[in-house]
Amino acid sequence: MPLPTITDFLAEPIAKRALLACLLIGFSNGFVSAFVVLRKSALKIGTISHSLLPGLAVAVLIAGLSQWSALIGAIFAALIVGLGSIFLSRTSRLDQDTAMGVLYTTAFAAGLLILKNLDVRQKLDEWLFGSIIGMADSDLWIAFGISAIAVITLTTLQRPLLIYLFEPNIAASLGVPVRLLNYATFAVTILVLVSSLQAVGCILSVGLMVAPAATIYLLTNNARTLFWGGGLLGALGSMIAFFLSYPLGWSVSATIIVVLGTFFLLAYIFSPKYGLFSKRRGVA
Amino acid sequence: MSAVATHDKTKEHVCWGGGCEHTQQHRLEVVDLSVQYQEVRALEKINFATECGRSMALIGPNGAGKSTLLKSLAGLIPGDTGKILWRGKPLTRSSHEIAYLPQRGDIDWNFPITVRGLVEMGRYPNLGWWRQYSRHDAEIVERALTSMELRDLEDRQISALSGGQQQRAFIARALAQEAHVLLLDEPFTGLDKPAQENLSRLFKELTAEGRLLIASHHDLQTVTGNFDDVLLIRRHQIAFGPVADSFTPANVSRAYDNQDQASSN
Repeated sequence: MPLPTITDFLAEPIAKRALLACLLIGFSNGFVSAFVVLRKSALKIGTISHSLLPGLAVAVLIAGLSQWSALIGAIFAALIVGLGSIFLSRTSRLDQDTAMGVLYTTAFAAGLLILKNLDVRQKLDEWLFGSIIGMADSDLWIAFGISAIAVITLTTLQRPLLIYLFEPNIAASLGVPVRLLNYATFAVTILVLVSSLQAVGCILSVGLMVAPAATIYLLTNNARTLFWGGGLLGALGSMIAFFLSYPLGWSVSATIIVVLGTFFLLAYIFSPKYGLFSKRRGVA
Repeated sequence: MSAVATHDKTKEHVCWGGGCEHTQQHRLEVVDLSVQYQEVRALEKINFATECGRSMALIGPNGAGKSTLLKSLAGLIPGDTGKILWRGKPLTRSSHEIAYLPQRGDIDWNFPITVRGLVEMGRYPNLGWWRQYSRHDAEIVERALTSMELRDLEDRQISALSGGQQQRAFIARALAQEAHVLLLDEPFTGLDKPAQENLSRLFKELTAEGRLLIASHHDLQTVTGNFDDVLLIRRHQIAFGPVADSFTPANVSRAYDNQDQASSN
């Protein structure tokens, strides 16, 4: 039996939802990726995203499977690994990266064991690798809410945030509320990670939250462009991936990351200012 | 590069910052300041007083607490005991009248920002989160760019500047902030000879305009001539006063000799 055409496919509510989700999640993750790139915290994001899984596992264990228990569990897990690593590094001779490395892999493994024994096989795959096709209306609303919060927060805080990202000491000396920014951006990061869990899963989510702005970073000297450009590129990449994956029969989540990775590679090679062939490279 | 000629002088005092009449009133006084860094005592009983229109070199070996003192003056590190008085009032947090310029190594030179963008950061205390960038702000930024001779470079990303130009861009940021006091962490480091001479000329102009400059400095050969006063420290204070009186070989060797001892206690 031949595949229905893409127009037929798009007539299905489930496909419309998935496309809309791609755009939303792609945009909000791309927007936040500007912050992640400027903060140089890509690895930390990887750590936190992996720790979402055990959070989900414990939430399911305690409260049963529901969207809200999953959301709250994920947030708790990210907090515990984030704060736990700070605590471990302060109370031992280890640095925070090492502490995080041990904490999050242990938590991730424990999460796997719990979920395998809980008979939520299907969900486990979704959380690991994403399932944008399986999104319900309520998932879409959550994604929309999270995207709105992320964009509004980062836009509102943009002026002090950029100074803080440039140099924290200068920021503090100018009266920028550094601690408030830390809390606000941490909260936004975790919320957006949770939203991307649905789309690409906790293993690939780092890509969605780093690659868009990393690409724009090679093209611009304007930090504001990094945010909006990252958002647009994230949305565009996710949309292209959505349309590519259908006729090819590829997983949407993996395709999103591959498309974004391809964008990055192209910018890395061909960027007029900072590409491999650019004359100005190495001026710094 | 005369910064003086490019803006209107106010009555007696030419600091760009508003609300001040006499240099004598712009007094920075540090009384018995001690700072603790976790278990380490970073600074002990620092005492000095200086005022607008002067420049002060902060001298001492590595780990003597120079950066810590600058950060304390910038309101970035709270002191444990003692106090910092600026214009007669205790300084408990950061003030837009005091600008902090970090060491070169603390700056991410690849950050996507242009010279103009960097200088505009200085308007933050005035603008806060949302207030619209006004004509007045634009004028002050223009003035800062012009006086640091950066108008032709204003659209450059900051890594595409020479070391001297980078230093001037950060000073322009402090001028846009309308700061009276500039705290500079090793401003001469990494500059070639002509750029160093240029910067020391600039220092004289900035102090002539009524600003107070405090800079940590490690090149003992260039203290005389570049600074009015010197503060020698090695966690505790060794000497403070005009360079001619206090920057003596005896004081310098008290600051630098037996460094192993200093770092082990």
